[in-house]
Amino acid sequence: MTSKGIGLLIFLFSTSALAAWNNPHIVAPNSNVYHTAFTGAPKTLDPARAYSSDEIAIIGQIYEPPLQYDFLKRPYQLTPLTATALPTVSYQKNDTVYTIAIRPGIYYQSHPCFVPSNLNLSAQQLNSINVISDFKQTATQELTADDYVYEIKRLASPKVSSPIFGFMSDQIVGMKEFSKQVSDYIKQHPDQGFIDLRQFDLSGVKIIDRYHYQITIKAKYPQFQYWLAMNFFAPIPWQADAFYSQPGLQDKNITLNWYPVGTGPYMLVENNPNKQMVLLKNPHFHQEFYPGSKDRLPFINKIIFSLDKENIPRWNKFLQGYYDKAGVASDSFDQAIRLDSKGQPELTQEMRDKGITLQTEIEPTVFYVGFNMLDPIVGGYSEKQKKLRQAISIAFDYEEFISIFLNGRGVAAMGPIPPGIFGYESGEKGINPDVYNWVNGSAQRKSLDEAKKLLAQAGYPNGIDPKTGKRLVLNYDVSMSGGPDDKANFDWLREQFAKLGIELNIRATLYNRFQDTVRTGKAQIFAWGWHADYPDPENFLFLLYGPNGKAEHGGENASNYENKQVDRLFEEIRLLPNGPLRQAKIDALVKIARDDAPWIWGFNPIQFTLSQPWNSPRPAHAVASNTLKYQKINPQLRDELRAKWNNPVLWPLVALGLFLLAIFVPLIITYRRRENRPNVKRIK
Amino acid sequence: MFAYLLRRLIYAIPILIGVNFITFALFFMVNSPDNIARAQLGSRHVTTEQIQLWKKQHGYDQPLFKNNEVTGFQKYTQTLFFEKSVDLFSFNFGKSDQGRDISRDIGERMWPSLALAIPTLIVGLLLNITIALFVSLFRGTFFDHSTMILCVVMMSISGLFYVIIGQFLFAKMLQWVPISGYQNGWQAWRFLILPVLIGVISGVGAGVRWYRAIFLEEMNKEYVRTARAKGLSPWVVLSKHVLKNGMIPILTGIVVVIPMLFLGSLIMESFFGVPGLGSYTIDAIQAQDFEIVRAMVFLGTVLYIIGLILTDISYVLVDPRVKLNN
Repeated sequence: MTSKGIGLLIFLFSTSALAAWNNPHIVAPNSNVYHTAFTGAPKTLDPARAYSSDEIAIIGQIYEPPLQYDFLKRPYQLTPLTATALPTVSYQKNDTVYTIAIRPGIYYQSHPCFVPSNLNLSAQQLNSINVISDFKQTATQELTADDYVYEIKRLASPKVSSPIFGFMSDQIVGMKEFSKQVSDYIKQHPDQGFIDLRQFDLSGVKIIDRYHYQITIKAKYPQFQYWLAMNFFAPIPWQADAFYSQPGLQDKNITLNWYPVGTGPYMLVENNPNKQMVLLKNPHFHQEFYPGSKDRLPFINKIIFSLDKENIPRWNKFLQGYYDKAGVASDSFDQAIRLDSKGQPELTQEMRDKGITLQTEIEPTVFYVGFNMLDPIVGGYSEKQKKLRQAISIAFDYEEFISIFLNGRGVAAMGPIPPGIFGYESGEKGINPDVYNWVNGSAQRKSLDEAKKLLAQAGYPNGIDPKTGKRLVLNYDVSMSGGPDDKANFDWLREQFAKLGIELNIRATLYNRFQDTVRTGKAQIFAWGWHADYPDPENFLFLLYGPNGKAEHGGENASNYENKQVDRLFEEIRLLPNGPLRQAKIDALVKIARDDAPWIWGFNPIQFTLSQPWNSPRPAHAVASNTLKYQKINPQLRDELRAKWNNPVLWPLVALGLFLLAIFVPLIITYRRRENRPNVKRIK
Repeated sequence: MFAYLLRRLIYAIPILIGVNFITFALFFMVNSPDNIARAQLGSRHVTTEQIQLWKKQHGYDQPLFKNNEVTGFQKYTQTLFFEKSVDLFSFNFGKSDQGRDISRDIGERMWPSLALAIPTLIVGLLLNITIALFVSLFRGTFFDHSTMILCVVMMSISGLFYVIIGQFLFAKMLQWVPISGYQNGWQAWRFLILPVLIGVISGVGAGVRWYRAIFLEEMNKEYVRTARAKGLSPWVVLSKHVLKNGMIPILTGIVVVIPMLFLGSLIMESFFGVPGLGSYTIDAIQAQDFEIVRAMVFLGTVLYIIGLILTDISYVLVDPRVKLNN
């Protein structure tokens, strides 16, 4: 590179509006802007359809269901959001009626859908619209019970395809009939863009007055309250549906899928799911305070979600100070975390020097290995079959798995309920006695000899199948991640079974095929997982409920486990309030399930969150999605530290110039010499 | 020439049908319509009825290639293949499985792809030609041999390695540029420097070796000897005569890739967070969005055919000896 080139490069960099050359964000100094990343483009931002974590992380800040989780209280507890109080529950014959009162004086963000003339745009008007910000006129309106009811109707609309419709139609009275009614209407009016759902009656959902509405649930389902804290039950004004149903807007990708209309603390001002999503503080946001203080929410003016799919760039940007918080991936674990003498995670010196802090929280998630109970070898309920599963459960060393593959970011599960959820028992009382012994104040996995003994009792001494005289061969179905850990993981899995003399045949397939295998009950042993919809034991125990069997009923009981006693206990547990009686029933259910061993209980992952020094301390919340309103940063400190951490190193540019000179100068000299040398030798 | 081009365009139709058929068959070999519906609806709480309804709404409820429930020609027209393919030929890509307008997405996302691909092509071309000229000038010397060894080494290294090392060195260690990301407008240059640089460097090995071979072939021709005999210096011969004649195969080789620049780079865009058409395709494959995958494969085929036709035309333009006829 010539000196002019270097000069130009330096000029271009120095004329940039940014203090540091490597700053990926374009924001003014001292801006109260929160920077975070998302790893996959959201498929939709429609509250009736969004179900993945990347989607909920964004719309959780925009839409407001009637309830939310208390940010500070543990165990997790519901608290009103737009509602004045938790719903009042009454019973009518066999049904349960939830009456919800909405706070008056809550307003939506300004949006073109609230301007009546925008609901019927002419072709000429549509021509001048390319993005939603092209609408010059916007307005707001007050949130009413009507909007909540409209959204519940949307859940049942065939046009929306909500993922929870099937489940909710079994709960909410009249939802199936409503859906059929709308479906018939669509068939009769196939070309009608906007279908006003207010004209159809949904018998289980009623508007009482401007601020009150009722939802009637078939029989009893106390966990329904938790659903009222999820985006599916957030309000959608009919005007938004009418506005976005205009075909001209749909052709321009201006739909409710991509441009939310909410009452929450933030509103979406830039939607580029392939680059970044920008949320701005909603000036119409109602009064809400940080729990236990008079600090009004939200604290941050703007949130920028940047798409960053790869771990390494995301991690490096965090280290450079360009993301305010970060998780810890396997690639960066050793740089961020070390384990102390007691095996507890702590930050490395490098992180502490930067002032970074660490928060850990066990996620309400369980990853387990399931036995297909319909399988003639590993399934079934005979003593021998149980013992085979118990033997494998002992041999399958999850502590080792967590240490090797998760860097300790998990705890071995003792049953279906993760820590932090009511029903989970810690200490000696909580251990799985079929797999662990309580020794010197901690759980110790039973010895391999005990597993071998059980295996022999199961009819497979030393892992030999008496029918064939050869080693018992079991099939393990798993979805290939395609990552570098796959081979090591599979080798480790084979080793666990080989300890018992069993040969493991790993059937690693594409995700779709794997899902099909489990869904149709053709798997034998398989890897599976569940993340809680809500923090109630019912949301984990239902994974063992017979009528939820995946193969027969299409439910979430992937093991197809069926035990009449368990089913009966589950039916009781789901209706009981948290308390000693419920705990006793849960203990009884878990005991039976442990004995039957339809799962190797697996592990509960621990979420590691690293926080930059300019973040105010905030607890992690593994269930709530609307937590960005509680975050607070010190932008001045951030600017100072970013400037300190990011100083371009310039000497290599000079070194490169010298290197090129060192190559080209001798070449030019050689060339000139060669050219000046006479081609014909004179003969003297 | 017109007849030739017309014939090439007519040939393109069965090629497009064939590619579309293969894309269709391969996609549905690993993904059933049920899988596509599940990918869109999610895997939690979704019932079989919902899957059926989604498939019906999105046209995935038809048989793949042959509909035995109807008679006559409709056996083949009332199928998933026919109904999903027929609009493609009028370049109506329709909506993605997520409900976004594909043509509009392509229109928006081709610009970042071009912003990355055009500088990479131009800078890479200039650099490779310059180095190749130098190497040709010093052929047979230590400089020539060592450069060729270096080129072979550079060709042998995976593209991903360049990306990772480039991000580590220039963005993390030296802190010259952002590691990844993108901004529209003039701010884009800060984000494009690194991927362009890596794109150029990763192509130097193959490019220099190819161009050197072209230049050396030219240098062995008689007109070069004549020029030298007339007293022109090797550098003048190389830069004025060899370069000019050597550009014929180089330019015709480049013309074929120009239309493909629209499609972007799968790896570079994904690693550098450039919201172009390369990452669009990758994302669609991962999300099992068949509508986008088939649209991008179709577009890629069309552009490739256009590239080949343009190459033929460029032969005529740069070499008067070539004639396109029947």
